[in-house]
Amino acid sequence: MTVDPTSLKIGGQTFHSRLFVGTGKYASYELMRECLEACRCDVVTVAVRRDRLIDDQNRSLLDFIDTKRYTILPNTAGCFTAEDAVRVARLGRDILEQLDNPGAAWVKLEVLHDKKTLLPDPIGTLDALQTLIKDGFQVLVYTSDDPAMACRLKEAGAASVMPAGSPIGSGQGVLNPNNIRIVLEMLKENDPDYPVIVDAGVGTASDVAIAMELGADGVLLNTGIAHAADAPAMARAMAHAIDAGYLAHRAGRIPRKLYATASSPIDGRITLNNR
Amino acid sequence: MTNTQTNEIIEIRINGEPHSLGTPATVATLIDARKPRPPFAVEVNKQLVRRPSYGETPLRDGDQVEIVTLVGGG
Repeated sequence: MTVDPTSLKIGGQTFHSRLFVGTGKYASYELMRECLEACRCDVVTVAVRRDRLIDDQNRSLLDFIDTKRYTILPNTAGCFTAEDAVRVARLGRDILEQLDNPGAAWVKLEVLHDKKTLLPDPIGTLDALQTLIKDGFQVLVYTSDDPAMACRLKEAGAASVMPAGSPIGSGQGVLNPNNIRIVLEMLKENDPDYPVIVDAGVGTASDVAIAMELGADGVLLNTGIAHAADAPAMARAMAHAIDAGYLAHRAGRIPRKLYATASSPIDGRITLNNR
Repeated sequence: MTNTQTNEIIEIRINGEPHSLGTPATVATLIDARKPRPPFAVEVNKQLVRRPSYGETPLRDGDQVEIVTLVGGG
């Protein structure tokens, strides 16, 4: 299904799908592969971790991801300092260069404050961003929905600012649409194509549609699909929600009004009863 | 390089676990012995070591080595 010829340009690359999907937390690699297929995404995120000599069945994530088809976006998830995030970014790039994957130029930067909230540490995030840009990375930056921080990240050279809708894995959707609106307004002022991706917190399809209706360029999610009771069905729902929200945003919604406006004509009624 | 024949034993950590290695040891000899499944990346003392440098990166007593790969994540 082609919804719109306008594609998403981000970090030097162009994509048809505006849905970025994580590869964590699926019950099996087979299920993950089925969901990636079902949601029609072009970009998948991965994490960098210590290798184990033997995993359960000696299978690797990469046995189930077509690295010629998907752009792999490595993350720095689990890093609580700028220094660690930079290390992980460099390790991820080294691996993706071996795979000859365009994601080698990219990193999804996360510098977290604490394990309980997984909220971003703004100072560590900005610090790591500056180092990674000097190191030649295209940096997609996970951040809170704070408009001031979003501006600072864009000014520092982020390829995309990715405000959280709500905490990672929380399934609470877009908790503060006004902040997302302000982030979008500020980052896109005189730069309408600057990509803003809502990252984290998506629980179901309507959350994705809301983010897109607000004007986001895309949505990044993982748990919303991976932990759904029927994950492939939710993957399809998310693909439809991306398209629905994107089209609705471009179509332009009607203003909200307090009172009703009749859709059927007042003239020609057979009854004169008015209240 | 003083003496390549000293089979001195060094203690290093690989992915946080203690390991004893005979010397001389480099990242290349470690990778040859451990045979991690590609693709992987290697860090010694928090510095990325790129593939062309494996043979010329010596391992010394107390070194911290990380061998990482890609896993599922969001």
